[in-house]
Amino acid sequence: MASRNPARPLSPHLGIYRWGPHMLVSILHRATGVAMAVVGMPILLWWLAAIAAGADSYRTFHHVFAEVAGGAIGYVVGAGLTLALFLHMGNGVRHLFLDAGALFELRRNKLSAMAVLLFGVTATVLYWFYLGVAK
Amino acid sequence: MRTAIREVRGLGAAKEGTHHWWNQRLTAGSNLLLMLWFVVVVARMPAYDHATAHATFHSAWRAIPLFLLVASVFYHLRLGLQVVIEDYQHNESRVVALVLLNFYTVAGLAIALFSIAKIAFGA
Repeated sequence: MASRNPARPLSPHLGIYRWGPHMLVSILHRATGVAMAVVGMPILLWWLAAIAAGADSYRTFHHVFAEVAGGAIGYVVGAGLTLALFLHMGNGVRHLFLDAGALFELRRNKLSAMAVLLFGVTATVLYWFYLGVAK
Repeated sequence: MRTAIREVRGLGAAKEGTHHWWNQRLTAGSNLLLMLWFVVVVARMPAYDHATAHATFHSAWRAIPLFLLVASVFYHLRLGLQVVIEDYQHNESRVVALVLLNFYTVAGLAIALFSIAKIAFGA
């Protein structure tokens, strides 16, 4: 075997890469999906069950999310779940394009990933701005 | 659980290889429509007290889409968590986690659909 010339570039390797937005939206898609499934689903169930069970049961739900510490739990969990929803939704749509064979060019792949991040944050801010203005 | 090869020769593929993949995409599409509807309905609720919440989903116009939303979202999350479990769990713990996942989803579905029905049909 010929001796290696250290001036030559190494071939791509699992441990050698540079972070990019496409990798961020990829892992965020999984993280937000798991978060909504294990945190969002029980909260949705609690909300629906509390509405169905009556005013007394609903009062407990309302107390935890809207009254404890000035509603801090509701704001933190609500903001987290809406951000998770909009990021997952945006990247989900991006994945439908990927399924159709589009957006695999480096530039478009990166731009669409950045668009997903921008959409997730913007939609969350606008949603809570609307809640604040309308209520 | 294994089948003798002489019984499967010539039968070809099971033709169900894309079942999980396709249903995840199908529910992705229905989730997109139903969740957009849901966040608009929640945002437009005039208040978040019990009477308002009950009146909102007492209407068939909102009880039926909510019914569809729960069915679509819970099936989607069951398919998605299955992939996560299969990526990180192996051997016996994988089987246990997949069984628990089915219990989790079906129990959640029962609670949600019962609650929606009670809100819709209740006084």
